Amino acid sequence: MPEHAHIVTSFEDELRSLDNRIAEMGGLAERLVDQSFEALDKRDTRLAELAIASDLAIDRHEREVESQAIAMIGRRQPMALDLRHITTAIKVAGDLERVGDLAKNIAKRALAVANEPRPKQLMGGIGHMTEIAQRQLKDVLDAYAMRDAEKAEAVWRNDGLIDALYNSLFRELLTYMMEDPRNIGLCTHLLFAAKNLERIGDHATNIAETTYFLVTGAQLAEDRPKGDTTSSTAITDRTSS
Amino acid sequence: MVAASDASVLNGSGAKTLTGPGAHSGKISARDVNVFYGENQALKSVNVGIPERSVMAFIGPSGCGKSTFLRCINRMNDTIAGCRVTGKITLDNEDIYDSKLDVVQLRARVGMVFQKPNPFPKSIFDNIAYGPRIHGLAQSKTDLEGIVTASLKKAGLWDEVKDRLKEQGTGLSGGQQQRLCIARAIAVGPEVILMDEPCSALDPIATARIEELIDDLRKNFTIVIVTHSMQQAARVSQHTAFFHLGSLVEKGETQQIFMAPTDKRTQDYITGRIG
Repeated sequence: MPEHAHIVTSFEDELRSLDNRIAEMGGLAERLVDQSFEALDKRDTRLAELAIASDLAIDRHEREVESQAIAMIGRRQPMALDLRHITTAIKVAGDLERVGDLAKNIAKRALAVANEPRPKQLMGGIGHMTEIAQRQLKDVLDAYAMRDAEKAEAVWRNDGLIDALYNSLFRELLTYMMEDPRNIGLCTHLLFAAKNLERIGDHATNIAETTYFLVTGAQLAEDRPKGDTTSSTAITDRTSS
Repeated sequence: MVAASDASVLNGSGAKTLTGPGAHSGKISARDVNVFYGENQALKSVNVGIPERSVMAFIGPSGCGKSTFLRCINRMNDTIAGCRVTGKITLDNEDIYDSKLDVVQLRARVGMVFQKPNPFPKSIFDNIAYGPRIHGLAQSKTDLEGIVTASLKKAGLWDEVKDRLKEQGTGLSGGQQQRLCIARAIAVGPEVILMDEPCSALDPIATARIEELIDDLRKNFTIVIVTHSMQQAARVSQHTAFFHLGSLVEKGETQQIFMAPTDKRTQDYITGRIG
């Protein structure tokens, strides 16, 4: 059911402007993830520099969302849906800012590995993770914009896929490093890039939880099954099996 | 019914003498309450339980029936010609519309504070002493002084007026007058205090004092407050009921009503949308 308009039209305008800013931030974050991976994959240092610079715009948007939201709470004393609208905007902007940071970090690693070889299979794995992280990000931003709790919940449940890919990439990278210590530099950077993509997926699920709360007023209570087991994986010389 | 024969009742220690049966269920319960003003139906089948020793807020647009319902709880509507109430309202499981019930006694148990402070044109002392005198609650002058002092302390007014009890109540500031009226309501040892927009004529500081007082009073009294300020309802109450066009649309814990109301009409009202 569509929401009725506010009696106070300037409040309505402010809420819309908050949404527009989040949408813009989302678009920038998506593009940044895209550019960072491409810079890493193609060893394109110019694109990496561009990606690093564009993170500044996301940071600026986040600060503006925050100050706008706080001013609205102070001036309007919002209730119910409006209160959820404004407080969740702060949270979503925070998550998108982190997505920007993580993507920027991948771009920095693209600079670090610019002169390293390009193992096709590994890059394919990271490419696949990037695609899924991007899809999660896109879907959750759509869910947020459309106030679609079902779609948000679907994103939330899908996070396991990125975690599984990360686990298998982790093992693969360990194997490369064990095979030849000269791979360690490259593989460590790629491992961090993969971890960053996995964290981007986590921020997408955070936004999914926030969206669910925005729409329904209830929390997604149950614990999401955690798929990243690398933090408890022992590294022995048998890991390569 | 009310054995408020000494001031200890007001000090909390004697509070159990004010507690009737069903202390832990709803203090007040309304079932299928309809109110008519002549041909006009002002309330339509209201059902609600009001928990003891907590604050319940009634919110809703003007003319929604919230004040009408409030005034049913101490039968203030009896005084309006052509007003008819059907259904059942109980206080501690006693039907307050029972023909054998003494309405004066009921109003001692269910006190009321109005929008505009309305102290009697008497001294501060006599404003408070008036109720206990006519209800015969004080055996002696000392008793009466005890009740006056305790009531003023409970209403958070004592320190400001203790040296001028002989002065006119009407000479106090608006916020002080309202606290005087609350002290006057407390003086007869009520169990329930009804407040009909008690802060709408007060400035923000005086309003904050009353809200602080309400929060304090709920330890000993069941409070029902009608307010047009949603923020005030959210601040002072534990439960909130939303009235619209004579119906009770939604009731629940205050946090739920203001964070995630379930009814669209509630949402539209509290967020200021055109319904």
